[in-house]
Amino acid sequence: MITVLFFAGLEEKAGVSKVEVDFSGKTIKDLKSWAESTYNLGEGTLEHMLTAVNEEFAYDRDQIHPNDTVAFIPPVSGG
Amino acid sequence: MYHLTKEPINVQPIINQVTDRNCGAIATFIGTVRELTAGKKTLRLEYHAYEDMAVKMLERIGNEVEQKWEGSKVAITHRLGMLEISDIAIVIAVSSPHRKAAYEGNAYAMERIKEMVPIWKKEFWEDGSEWVGDQLEKTPYKGGQPS
Repeated sequence: MITVLFFAGLEEKAGVSKVEVDFSGKTIKDLKSWAESTYNLGEGTLEHMLTAVNEEFAYDRDQIHPNDTVAFIPPVSGG
Repeated sequence: MYHLTKEPINVQPIINQVTDRNCGAIATFIGTVRELTAGKKTLRLEYHAYEDMAVKMLERIGNEVEQKWEGSKVAITHRLGMLEISDIAIVIAVSSPHRKAAYEGNAYAMERIKEMVPIWKKEFWEDGSEWVGDQLEKTPYKGGQPS
């Protein structure tokens, strides 16, 4: 199982902040496609969005491992 | 040295964190909530964060400054939750032996925060609310990650 986190506008759009899914062995890109269709986010919504795996920025091609925490990071606006 | 807080920020303790016998300058940046943006009136705003990662990234940015500007020390505190007009959203304090490094390191830290720290601002306007994204008005890392 992995944990997937949604924040800010994306959290509101998905209607969920945290889900546990069985997704190890696939890539971040696969997870993005899954999330887009599962939560009706619209195709391409996550395409250019950053992703963090275990609190470090990751690439779309990166593999997801069991117990990973994956967070979609909408464009940031701190400061 | 690197904190998120839901309480109002007190500036002096952050300055104290970087005060050093060998520094001759401390540059303190205070970011506050602005009422008017391009003629649009903000009523209040709310900050959310991916807290653990945000603290980690603030620390990384502080380390970048300390490596680029020798002898500098950095402390950063960012407020979360609901803020009113003129509330302090962020304080960055940078000390260094000479003033130029303190000014430059401080400005650099703020730019990096706007690039890569997972903190989000929700604006409550007179005519509704919206999450603000991509304050740099560009998407600096298409499909990749911040350098």
